[in-house]
Amino acid sequence: MTRAQIEATVKKFLVEEIEVEEKNIVPEALLKDDLGIDSLDFVDIVVIVERNFGFKIKPEEMAGVRTLSQFYDYIESKVGDK
Amino acid sequence: MGIYSCIGKNLEEVQRSLYDGKSGIGVDPMRKEYGYRSPLTGIVDRPLLKGMLDRRLRVGLAEEGEYAYMATLEALRTAGIDTDYLEKNEVGIFYGNDSSAKAVIEAHSIAQAKKDTTLIGSGAIFQSMNSTITMNLSTIFKLRGVNMTISAACASGSHAIGLGYLFIRQGLQDVVLCGGAQETNYYSMGSFDALSAFSMRVDEPAKASRPFDVGRDGLIPSGGGASLILEDYEHALKRNATIYAEVIGYGFSSNGVHISQPSDEGCSVAMARALTDAGVAASDIDYVNAHATSTPQGDMAEAVALNRVFGASRPLISSTKSMTGHECWMAGASEIIYSTLMMQNSFVAPNINFENPDEYSRKLNIADKTVEKNIDLFLSNSFGFGGTNSALVVKKYKA
Repeated sequence: MTRAQIEATVKKFLVEEIEVEEKNIVPEALLKDDLGIDSLDFVDIVVIVERNFGFKIKPEEMAGVRTLSQFYDYIESKVGDK
Repeated sequence: MGIYSCIGKNLEEVQRSLYDGKSGIGVDPMRKEYGYRSPLTGIVDRPLLKGMLDRRLRVGLAEEGEYAYMATLEALRTAGIDTDYLEKNEVGIFYGNDSSAKAVIEAHSIAQAKKDTTLIGSGAIFQSMNSTITMNLSTIFKLRGVNMTISAACASGSHAIGLGYLFIRQGLQDVVLCGGAQETNYYSMGSFDALSAFSMRVDEPAKASRPFDVGRDGLIPSGGGASLILEDYEHALKRNATIYAEVIGYGFSSNGVHISQPSDEGCSVAMARALTDAGVAASDIDYVNAHATSTPQGDMAEAVALNRVFGASRPLISSTKSMTGHECWMAGASEIIYSTLMMQNSFVAPNINFENPDEYSRKLNIADKTVEKNIDLFLSNSFGFGGTNSALVVKKYKA
């Protein structure tokens, strides 16, 4: 999967399923403070990522992920084109 | 008051349906596929809450919670309670609910398929618990008073109102949101259908619910949401609130006999206790909204009890379940709303499909068609599995 495909998929589910405001979706956005994603939303994101990308997020691997760009990097490390 | 049901999605629609004797019963094809003996059910449309409530407040709401939310919006609006009031005052909640099957079954299906509970998502737990409605409504409307769900089978909604009334009478709360809600998804009633308790009159859905009629062959499950704002009288006057009616009596009892068989004695005790609590005589009651669900046994026991308590005065009686089906956990609350609408508009809604009485119902004054009548006092019955009984007496408000 290309980086562009990953970003498009994440953006789509953030807007449609998590109902994040589209204008706030920029690479440097902080997941918690800028996008308002709380711990319960994250439980749902685990489910959505599994459905869209076919892998299960491990909380320990997400420890350092704070921005949307870092989240894209994490997904790319799992399913990106090598 | 606020209502969301199979005979209307607001007070105005419901009032019209009650007057017209309109049935809300239909056939759910999914029930046939799932293996139900009877596919009959009250047909209730799911409200679309996207755009009304943000995602976090929506994901924890199960189907019955959505109905309860819609009913509560109308109840708060008609009571003149807005966000500002809720922010500045303590409001409690007692709501009747006794299942939330769909969320439980769906969560189980995911866990079974994926072998991983972390793929269930965040909403399931808040949708699964019996207290799903009170936990969600108290969060959505920022309620800070007493907060709990009443699970008492098909008397849940009635006991919720009874407890709200007692809390206010004791001076513990000024305002309590009371009500009942019931899911209608096909998962929710399979185990009830297993008892062969539902009507098989599948070819004539509108004629299937026929409480007290000799040809009755079972109940029809139904659902929705019913909310009432109970308020201390002086508090309501001070607030200049619209007062619909006064709850003046609550009676309860437990049969202590059989898990599913009714008892005319238990029903009588609850009614007598409600009348005593209200300080009125049986002959003062103008209308009785019967619990009668259209089962052979249940209606017979209630007819015996009604004849025992009201045999001398013979007030008009009808079971609105003839139109709505059995709204189960919600019924005790919705039927207070139905009866209050009748009281406000001076009519008794018909017990539709009452064509031929049996030896017990013959003795009662059952309204088989709409009757124009002034109602100053009514009594409403609710009974449930395990022998839980509740009766409420409500009085017309006269300023």
